[in-house]
Amino acid sequence: MGWTLLILLVVLILVQGNPTVTVRTGSGPPVGSDQHPNSVPLGEDTQTTTEGESEVVEKVMTTGMLNPSHYPARRAATVVQHYLNTRYGSPYRWIFLSKVHSGSAEDVAEMGRKYQLELTMQEMISNVSGQCSAELLFPGGEGQSAPQVQASCEGLLQSNTTAQEEAFYQQHRASNNLVSGNNIPDSYGHMETSMKPFWQLAGVASSFIMLRESNESTLYNMAQVANFTQLETENDQLRFNYHVLLHEMISQEIIHWKLLFTWSPEQGVKVLQTELQPKCNHCEAPPNTTN
Amino acid sequence: MMMLGLGSVGLVLLSLAVQSGHGAQDSDVWSTEETTERNYYTRYHNMSDITAWMEQMKRENPDVVSSMVYGQTYERRDITLLKIGLSSTGRKKAIWMDCGIHAREWIAPAFCQYFVREILRTYKTDTKVNEMMKNLDFYITPVLNVDGYIYSWHNASTRLWRKSRSPGTGGCTCYGTDLNRNFYANWGMVGVSTDCCSQTYCGTKAISESEARAVTDMLGKMREDILAFLTIHSYGQLLLVPYGHPNISAPNYDELMEVGLGAAKAIKAVHGMDYTVGTSPDVLYANSGSSRDFARLIGIPLSFTFELRDKGEHGFELPEDQIQPTCEEAYAGAHHIITYAHDKAFYSSAATITATLWTTLLAAWVSSATLL
Repeated sequence: MGWTLLILLVVLILVQGNPTVTVRTGSGPPVGSDQHPNSVPLGEDTQTTTEGESEVVEKVMTTGMLNPSHYPARRAATVVQHYLNTRYGSPYRWIFLSKVHSGSAEDVAEMGRKYQLELTMQEMISNVSGQCSAELLFPGGEGQSAPQVQASCEGLLQSNTTAQEEAFYQQHRASNNLVSGNNIPDSYGHMETSMKPFWQLAGVASSFIMLRESNESTLYNMAQVANFTQLETENDQLRFNYHVLLHEMISQEIIHWKLLFTWSPEQGVKVLQTELQPKCNHCEAPPNTTN
Repeated sequence: MMMLGLGSVGLVLLSLAVQSGHGAQDSDVWSTEETTERNYYTRYHNMSDITAWMEQMKRENPDVVSSMVYGQTYERRDITLLKIGLSSTGRKKAIWMDCGIHAREWIAPAFCQYFVREILRTYKTDTKVNEMMKNLDFYITPVLNVDGYIYSWHNASTRLWRKSRSPGTGGCTCYGTDLNRNFYANWGMVGVSTDCCSQTYCGTKAISESEARAVTDMLGKMREDILAFLTIHSYGQLLLVPYGHPNISAPNYDELMEVGLGAAKAIKAVHGMDYTVGTSPDVLYANSGSSRDFARLIGIPLSFTFELRDKGEHGFELPEDQIQPTCEEAYAGAHHIITYAHDKAFYSSAATITATLWTTLLAAWVSSATLL
């Protein structure tokens, strides 16, 4: 009796595998072995062509209702964000996408792709949120053409920034005390309080570039102000030279732009010149100091 | 007879050999008292600090913390993990967490440090954490891309470095491979660049980078034991599930989504932040060669990428005053996933049946042995 049970116990040890972990045997991770007839999400089709060594996966764009948490709606919504900042942004008003509620997309013959979105946007300084309806067109065809956006928002621009903007304007319009700064925010995410409006202004001005450069395969944010210099006030407009770093999420690249722009409470931001800075590939060599 | 029986009753014993770390400790700027203060975990720390901190965690918790050097970076630095768990004589299940595979994502190593501190702080008093420390070992790599991280601390112009620091080949003068495109998981197929100057350069071949090789080798050795694989990144506020290739679905996609959504709910409960859950091709972009995909492919059932705060306002340069709230919410999310993984392994009906069978047989054998 004891022996039988002993054998049973030994057999149990040998046979017991972990019921929860699937262990794959074989020489290496199989490619496509998890292919499942339902793996392609509804509404999206992919076609695969083989070109030489690597597979090229072509995407046919989603049409119809969009999943609000999927990237097509989110990328389009970010374009709306950039648009709103070009229209309404200031040193004291900076708008960010809060939530996508719903959206749809369709091909428009000979024009491009049109999106319709319902969004919540948030003004970051006052923390006020508003509901926005937006329509945007990503132009098709050749050449890089900026998306065209229309949006109307409710409740977003409630905060009264007039007093702050006027005070900031008056403080800096005289030419005897031109401001400059660099690395805003710094590596630790810090910035001097006095630099904050200049950072927000950079965000607004960068939105002109980000809007212009956006398409369905990009997602832009301003990563940092490398440096800025205030120039002499001209025509009652504050004038600035900025060097900004934009982060493009899909390529993960940091793209350097220089901008010349003006601002006043009445006129808002007017971008005069933008200049793409070439990537410095030879700047990547290891520093002399070792750590 | 008794001895034989007891021996066969016990689990097959195979203790892992554990080596202590031998990292250089040249920076002891933070004293022991200071590191136990909350203040320490609300700051970003350079590699010397983190190395010294790892030694300190071992020193202060010798029963539960040990370290392992499991590879070398391109510049020949140690890649070190902390192994944390209550020691047992059996072979234990494991949770894997790595941070800082992308150099500029400083909030990630900060989170690994926070996570370690939190489980060490609570395992004696929190019954769930205690139970998990008994049944599991946590393998935590605070900084995986050591070379890249150090480079990102060099000066303001290097802060936004992402890749490893291996030099380009074939006449390409740029540096670095994207470690999270370098794993043997549909390598080179989608969401990568073959230009060595690109931020998503996938390398000359799969696991060309010693850092990716180190993780690959460790996971290979441990794959039957790892219940969950968490890789920590920023930014975007996302929880990504395998796979990065749009045509391939994980066999347990539903489970991954359910657990992920549960984690997002736990995250939101802390400070109200929304984290979006989905596959990378759905919610972010298609990619291949990621460590998350590799982990799932070799059989680790729960594999997640965490993209921490924020959503673009500060991006990689998240202010230090957001470190604590970010870590608190991320901890809640990680805790949800780890608890699920643990309970599934130790409380699932299959596990319970097996345990019951063991107990019944053992009881019957002991009683029959006594009677003889």
